[in-house]
Amino acid sequence: MALFRLNPQAVQEPALTLANTDDVLALGDRLDGVKLIVLHFPKFTDGRAYSQARLLRERLGYAGELRATGAVFLDQLPFLLRCGFDSFESEQKGFAEALARARTLFSVVYQPTGDGRVTAGQLRLRQRSAVAA
Amino acid sequence: MPDTHFYRYDDYDRALVSERVAQFRDQVRRRLAGELTEEQFKPLRLTNGLYLQLHAYMLRIAIPYGTLSTRQLRQLAAIARKYDRGYGHFTTRQNLQLNWIKLEGAPDALAMLAEVDMHAIQTSGNLIRNVTADHFAGAAIDEIEDPRIWCEIVRQWSTLHPEFSFLPRKFKIAITGSPNDRAAVRVHDVGLRLWRNEAGETGFEVIVGGGLGRTPMIGKTIREFLPKDDLLAYLEATLRVYNRYGRRDNLYKSRIKILVHEIGPEKMREDVEAEYAAMKDSALKLTPETIEAIARQFAPPALRSKRTKVPEVEALKLENRAFALWLKSNVAPHRVPGHAIVTASLKPAGAPPGDASSAQMEGVADIADAWSQGEVRVSHEQNLVLPHVAIEALPEVYRALERLGFAEANVGKITDIIACPGLDYCALANARSIPVAQRISTHFAELSRQHDIGDLKIKISGCINACGHHHVGHIGILGVDKNGVELYQISLGGDVDFGKTALGTILGPAVEADKVVEAVDALVATYLEARQADERFVDTYRRIGAQPFKERVYGAV
Repeated sequence: MALFRLNPQAVQEPALTLANTDDVLALGDRLDGVKLIVLHFPKFTDGRAYSQARLLRERLGYAGELRATGAVFLDQLPFLLRCGFDSFESEQKGFAEALARARTLFSVVYQPTGDGRVTAGQLRLRQRSAVAA
Repeated sequence: MPDTHFYRYDDYDRALVSERVAQFRDQVRRRLAGELTEEQFKPLRLTNGLYLQLHAYMLRIAIPYGTLSTRQLRQLAAIARKYDRGYGHFTTRQNLQLNWIKLEGAPDALAMLAEVDMHAIQTSGNLIRNVTADHFAGAAIDEIEDPRIWCEIVRQWSTLHPEFSFLPRKFKIAITGSPNDRAAVRVHDVGLRLWRNEAGETGFEVIVGGGLGRTPMIGKTIREFLPKDDLLAYLEATLRVYNRYGRRDNLYKSRIKILVHEIGPEKMREDVEAEYAAMKDSALKLTPETIEAIARQFAPPALRSKRTKVPEVEALKLENRAFALWLKSNVAPHRVPGHAIVTASLKPAGAPPGDASSAQMEGVADIADAWSQGEVRVSHEQNLVLPHVAIEALPEVYRALERLGFAEANVGKITDIIACPGLDYCALANARSIPVAQRISTHFAELSRQHDIGDLKIKISGCINACGHHHVGHIGILGVDKNGVELYQISLGGDVDFGKTALGTILGPAVEADKVVEAVDALVATYLEARQADERFVDTYRRIGAQPFKERVYGAV
């Protein structure tokens, strides 16, 4: 299994591995000091870890490495990145190339998530206020 | 050509759709090159609307909130001609299905869709599907607010939603802005009903966990009144609860209705409200500017009040009985005096419900350009709607529709049948639906008889997945397979009118295909003998119960 990390220098200890049925909102002090959280996709059609990722990043403010393991394929990358994953285990051929392109595959996003991308709605508001000014 | 009176794509929407086509083109290339297994490819093609059916691929094209410009309708006709066999099938979810697509041609067909700001994104797969609405939106006399404004907001939010693209199961949202629900909001995963409270504000009643399929359920209200600017926060909260806790162990128990049923509506409400409370003041809150900018695009056409009594119409009514009946069944009141909403019936006697050839689509587009502000709607009852027709133009519109074969005066009547594609196309079906619909529609073709029978909705599904909505038919017909024989189970008393949403009850043993017409005939005869005054079939059934119908049917069969 090959590992792909957006921040190769990031500290990976202590790590916490979760099942996709774990309630991340109930982790409490188990999160203290954790530098790597590993979330699991038992099948790539089982999307529970996307919600876990967003809750960790956006609700709990987790800033360490967030890794996707299990059935992780390159076509999921745009979604994974938007939900806050920054590290991936995958066997799929062409994964590294796909990762390099994944952020720009779609120049437009509609949903505000924690990934910092400006949504189409926000861009329209800016345009309108620029015109108004 | 008239301007459109609904949402127009801007550069952002266009960029996303064309990038999506490019992504899918690459996925098809990888599949054909053997880099993707069918198992890996399947969810990718499904989320681009491409199904594998019995004989070929089927492409399901999204028609958001069932609204089409004539330019779009002409392009659909062109795509059907170029990549299919020159016809398409309008579905109960306001989509268009092309049944004979080749995988290699699919990316080009999608590119042609993108040229007219359309797509097939999320018309299949376990994610948020195309959002449906009242097909009379923006024209209905009873409307509080145009629901399509909110459908468009939901369309954008749900498109390629990163968190909700691998849900336990598919997820359907419907929105109505009228007290007389024409969008069946109580039988959707989430139904939204716009209403005005005592303070004069409009907001949404949020209904969760309705659905048909093998476990039909009527949705539960978990929020009486939701401020409109919180719509996306509330939906995101609902979907998150479902994504985290919906069952994934059994395909047949994974819709949100099962979750609501198992944990109970109270717990569902609690969980959703807790999630909503945590994010209601986030970036999901809709600003007045955002709402206003989208609402402006749905500004109704500037129709001037016109004569409501037109001598030519009155004269034709007297001399042409079919036209008089058509006015009664296919023409609905419009909010602007002197105008009407016309339903073009895609159910001529003996035809497969919902089918239209490319030439017919172009014909409807011509009519809409000339007399309906260049706008066409697709109804969930598989008809096309001309939303803005002047009363004085009705004779010409009638004649033009007649030339296309779409002027049958049967909307809401016994031959206005909803049917799924059934065993003629669908890999899931147990039995054929279309031939049954065709036989019933031929048998009851006589228009005055249909009008005498009155409002009667027959809905036919070829299997328990219930794409033909048989549970909510006044007469529901379900195809079942018993040891290789196609049999049909009849149920009575279903309804989707707001406040009266009800699921039908099975009448008795299933009947053979060639006995279905006789059985329906017996049901109708029972009703005609027992009805009082203006009672509809379903009201008589509710008053007298199943027994008289049962005796007649099983005596006769």
